[in-house]
Amino acid sequence: MKAVITVIGKDTTGILAAVSKECANKDCNVIDVTQSVLDGYFCMIMIVEVLEDSTEIKEIETSISKAVPEMVVHVMHEDIFNLMHRI
Amino acid sequence: MINMNDIMETISMIDDEDLDIRTITMGISLIDCADSDIDKSCEKVYNKIVKKAEKLVETGDYIQKKYGIPIINKRVSVTPIAILAGVSGGDPVKYAKALDKAAKKIGINFIGGYSALVQKGFSAGDRELIESIPRALSETDIVCSSINIGSTKAGINMDAVKIMGQIVKETAEMTKDNQCIGAAKLVVFCNAPEDNPFMAGAFHGISEADCVINVGVSGPGVVRAALAKMPKDAPLNEVAETIKKVAFKITRMGQLVGTEASKILGVEFGIIDLSLAPTPAIGDSVAYILEEIGLEQCGTHGTTAALAMLNDAVKKGGVMASSSVGGLSGAFIPVSEDAGMIAAAEAGTLSIEKLEAMTAVCSVGLDMIIIPGDTTAETISAIIADEAAIGMVNSKTTAVRLIPAIGLKEGDSLNFGGLLGRGPVMKLRKESSAVLINRGGKIPAPLQSLKN
Repeated sequence: MKAVITVIGKDTTGILAAVSKECANKDCNVIDVTQSVLDGYFCMIMIVEVLEDSTEIKEIETSISKAVPEMVVHVMHEDIFNLMHRI
Repeated sequence: MINMNDIMETISMIDDEDLDIRTITMGISLIDCADSDIDKSCEKVYNKIVKKAEKLVETGDYIQKKYGIPIINKRVSVTPIAILAGVSGGDPVKYAKALDKAAKKIGINFIGGYSALVQKGFSAGDRELIESIPRALSETDIVCSSINIGSTKAGINMDAVKIMGQIVKETAEMTKDNQCIGAAKLVVFCNAPEDNPFMAGAFHGISEADCVINVGVSGPGVVRAALAKMPKDAPLNEVAETIKKVAFKITRMGQLVGTEASKILGVEFGIIDLSLAPTPAIGDSVAYILEEIGLEQCGTHGTTAALAMLNDAVKKGGVMASSSVGGLSGAFIPVSEDAGMIAAAEAGTLSIEKLEAMTAVCSVGLDMIIIPGDTTAETISAIIADEAAIGMVNSKTTAVRLIPAIGLKEGDSLNFGGLLGRGPVMKLRKESSAVLINRGGKIPAPLQSLKN
C-alpha cells in the first residue's frame, strides 16, 4: 500500500533527512517528494510505499512525529485521497 | 499524482473541522433466536450478538489506525424485540437486560432494537414491550428503544400515540435522578427506516439480511468551513453546489470505511447514512451551517428554506458518491447536541413551532428537546401526533425524542454531559389536547398511500 506523509512547520535544517531516516526504519520506500518553503514555513508531501503490510499508519506517524517533534506530521492511506477527490 | 491542495483539504477536514465516521453499526437479525421459553430466547440473543459482533470494536479501532480517520462509535442494532417477545411471552425487560449484557461484553456504546412496529395495530408482544419501556430503559444502561407509530402507507395509530405520551413521561420519571436520561434513549417514529445506523432510533428491520454493516458519516464542521470560504453574495445555487461537493467527499470516506469493515468482519455491507449529525463540540453544528448560509441566528425567518436546501444538497452529493446510501441521510437537528441550536433556544430565537416546521424539510424530527417536567402525557402525545402527521403526509421519516425534565420549569437547563449535550427547557403551549388524544383510534392513511 501507499501512504501520504505531510510535514508542516517552521523551517529548520535536517527535516527531510530525519523524516526519510524514519521511513527507512519502517521499511517505507520513498516514491515521490514535493516540498516548499513559504515565508519561513516548511511544507513537505511525501508519497511512500509501505513494504510491510502489517505496519500501521498510526505507528509510522508516531515515529516520524518523534523524530521531528516541532513539526505537524500526518500520515494517511493513499486510498482516502483517491476516493475523496476522484469520481 | 495526488494534488497537494486535495491533501491539505482532507487533512484540515479531519484535524480542524471534526470530520469523522460517526458510527459503524452492525445490524443483527435475531429471528433465529426466537424461542417459546423466554430464558432460552434471551440466552440465544446474547450468544448471537456476542458471536457476530465479537470483533466489531477491534475492527473499528484497526480501521481508524490504518486510515487515520477517527471512528467515534461502534454499535449494534437488532431485530425489533417485540417480535421475540411475541413468540416467548414473559417479561420483555429480560431481553433488554440480555442486550445490555451482550453490548457491554463486546464493548460497544449503544445497542438499539428494543422496538415495536405498531403503525397499523398491535400484535402479540407489542403492548407488553411498549409498557415495559420505562423499566427497560431505567434498569439498563446502553439499550435504546424505538416505536414506530405511523406510516404513509398505514396512517397513524393514535392508540399507540396515546400510550407513548405516557411512556415517555414515565421513562423520564423513572430516571429522574439521572438527568431523565431514559427519555433520551427512546424515539417515537413515523416511517421509521429499517437500516438506520444512528441511535437511539436504530433497529434491524425484518426485511434486512442476517447480518450487515451500516456506516454513519458526519461532518457539519466541514460543510460550514467550505461555506465560510464563499463570498457572502454568492447565489444559493452555488452554495448548494458547494454543499453537494463536500457531501460527496464525506460519503466516499464512509464508503471506504464500510467496505473495509465488511471485508474484515466477513459481513455484508449494508448502507451509508450520510447525515450531518452535530455534536456539542463548538464548530460541529448544523445551526452554524444555517447561520453561515445567511441567518443571524438559527430559528429566525428563513431557517426552513436554508435547511431545505442543505438537506437536499447533502442527499444529492451522497447519492453520487455511493450506490448504497440509505438510513436517514440528511441533516439532523437535535437541540441539546448542537452548540448553535442550544444558543438559539436559550436566546429564544428557536421555538418548538419553528423546530416543527424545520422537521418538515430535514431528515428527522423533534430531536433531543427538553420540555417542562410537568407537561401532561396528553400534550406529549399531541406533539408526537403532530410530528407523525408531517411524516405521514410528506412520505418522510419523522421522529420525536422529547425529554420531560422532571422537577424543572421553562427556562431552566438540563445537562446530560457527553455526546447528548445540554439544553434549556423549552416553552410549550398550555392549552390541553386531551380530548383529541383520548379519542384514540386511527388517523386513516392519506391519499398518498394509494400509489398502486
